[in-house]
Amino acid sequence: MFRLLGEYLYLMLETFKRPDKGPVFRRQLLVEFIGLGVDSIGIVAIISVFTGAIVAIQTAYNIDSPLIPLTMVGFTTRQMMILEFSPTIISLILAGKVGSRIASEIGTMRVTEQIDALCVMGVNPANYLILPKITASILFNPVLIIFSIVVGIWGGWIACIVTNLVTSADYIAGIRSWFEPFTVTYAMIKTVVFAFIISSVSGFLGYNVDGGSVEVGRASTKAVVASSILIIFFDLILTQLLLV
Amino acid sequence: MIEARNISKTFGENLVLRDVSMSFEKGKTNLIIGQSGSGKTVFMKCCIGLVEPDEGMIRFDDRPFSALPEKRKKYIRKEMGVLFQGGALFDSLTVEQNVMFPLNMFTTMSLEEKLDRVNFCLNRVNLENVNTLFPSELSGGMMKRVAIARAISNNPSYLFCDEPNSGLDPKTAEIIDRLISEITEEYDITTVINTHDMNSVLQIGMRINFLYKGELWWTGDKNTILITENAELNDFVFSTELTRRLRH
Repeated sequence: MFRLLGEYLYLMLETFKRPDKGPVFRRQLLVEFIGLGVDSIGIVAIISVFTGAIVAIQTAYNIDSPLIPLTMVGFTTRQMMILEFSPTIISLILAGKVGSRIASEIGTMRVTEQIDALCVMGVNPANYLILPKITASILFNPVLIIFSIVVGIWGGWIACIVTNLVTSADYIAGIRSWFEPFTVTYAMIKTVVFAFIISSVSGFLGYNVDGGSVEVGRASTKAVVASSILIIFFDLILTQLLLV
Repeated sequence: MIEARNISKTFGENLVLRDVSMSFEKGKTNLIIGQSGSGKTVFMKCCIGLVEPDEGMIRFDDRPFSALPEKRKKYIRKEMGVLFQGGALFDSLTVEQNVMFPLNMFTTMSLEEKLDRVNFCLNRVNLENVNTLFPSELSGGMMKRVAIARAISNNPSYLFCDEPNSGLDPKTAEIIDRLISEITEEYDITTVINTHDMNSVLQIGMRINFLYKGELWWTGDKNTILITENAELNDFVFSTELTRRLRH
C-alpha cells in the first residue's frame, strides 16, 4: 500500500515537470480537451437531463403537506444538482468513461513499447502523456459540471411541465429562491479534486501495466474502481471540510 | 563507438546477464545473436538505458552513460535512434507525424524544414505517399520502414535495432537488413542489431557477438561464423535445415 502510494507520488513528480516543448504540450492539451472533455458532453447531457427530471418528480411526489410550498421542487432540484448530483454522480460517470480511456490508452502504449520509445528518445513519458490529460480534465470538467447543473435543472423544469405536477412559475420561483453562491464554489472544488483523481489514478494504473492485453483490460477496470472509491471517499472529506 | 564492460543483470533469482563485455564499432553493423532467452533484449535495454545494469559500465564515445544521472542521460539519448521489435509507432499519429516527432521535440526547425526532412527520410526507406496514413493502415514491412525513418530523422549517431526482421517474410526481411546496413555506412552510425535470423547474420554481420545463457560466448564476423569450432554456436547456427545443407 505504501509502496503503491510512493510510486504514485513519484510518477506525479515526474508528471508535473516543465514540458520539453511548449507548442507540443499545447497541441496535446487541445487533443485531450476534445478526447476527454468535448466527447463527454453527450453522455453528461443525457444523464443530467434525466437526473434533474427524476429529482423534480420524486420531490413533487413526496411533498404531501399543503404547508410546504411547491416552489420547494425547483429549490430541491437546484440544490441536489449543484451539491451532489452534478459534481459527484457525473464525476463517477466520467471515472468510467474517461478513466478507462486513459488507463487503456496509456496501458496499450506501455505494452506496445511506445512509452519505451518516448523514453529512449529522451522525452519524459509521464510528462508528455499524463500532464495534458490531468490539465485538460482539471480545466474542462468544471465546464462539464456547470453544463450538467444547467441541463439538470432544465430537465426538472421539463418534467414538471410535462407531468403537470408543478407549474412553471412555481418551479422557476423555487430555483431562484435562497440561492447561496458558495454552493457553486463547493461544487467546483469537488469537481477539480475529482478530475485530478480520475486522470492521475487512471494515468498511474495505465503507466504501470506490465504484460499484455489482459493486463491492459485489468488496469482499465482497476482505474474505474479505484477512481470511483476515491471520489466517494474525498466527497465525504470535502463535504465535512467545506459545508459543516 | 559503444563499449559495454562487465554488464551483469539479475531479475529476482534469475541471472540474465553475467559479466558481459562487448564493443560496437562506428560505421559497422554490430550484431548480437543468441537463442530466445539468452539475454539479448535485456542487454540492449541496458545499453539504451531502459534497464539499469546491476554491475558494469556502458560508454558512448567515452561518455559513461550508465553512470550519468537521468537528466544528463537525456542528452546522449537524443543521439540514439531505436527500432523496436514491433515498430513502436505512435498509433494516434500519422506516419508523417511519427517521423516528425523527434524533430518537434528536439529541434527548432521550421515546419517546412521538418517536412523536407520527413520526406527525405521516408524516401530513404523507399516509402512514398504514406504521409497521411496511420500505423494501423500499414503492413508489417512498411511499419518497420517508418520506424527506421523515425529512428534516423534526427541524424542519430547510434542506431539500435531489436529483432528488425521479426514477423516479416524473407524478402521483406532482406530489404530491411540491406536498408539498415546502407544507412549505417552512409551516415557512419554505430549500429547494434539484436537478431536470431541467420539470413541477417550472413548478410550484414560485420561484427557478431553470440550470447549464450547470459554470457558472451563467441565474437567474430559473417565469414568466421560458419567455420568456428564452438559447439554451442554451431548448435545455434546450424539449427535449421537450410544452414545444415549449407554446411555440407
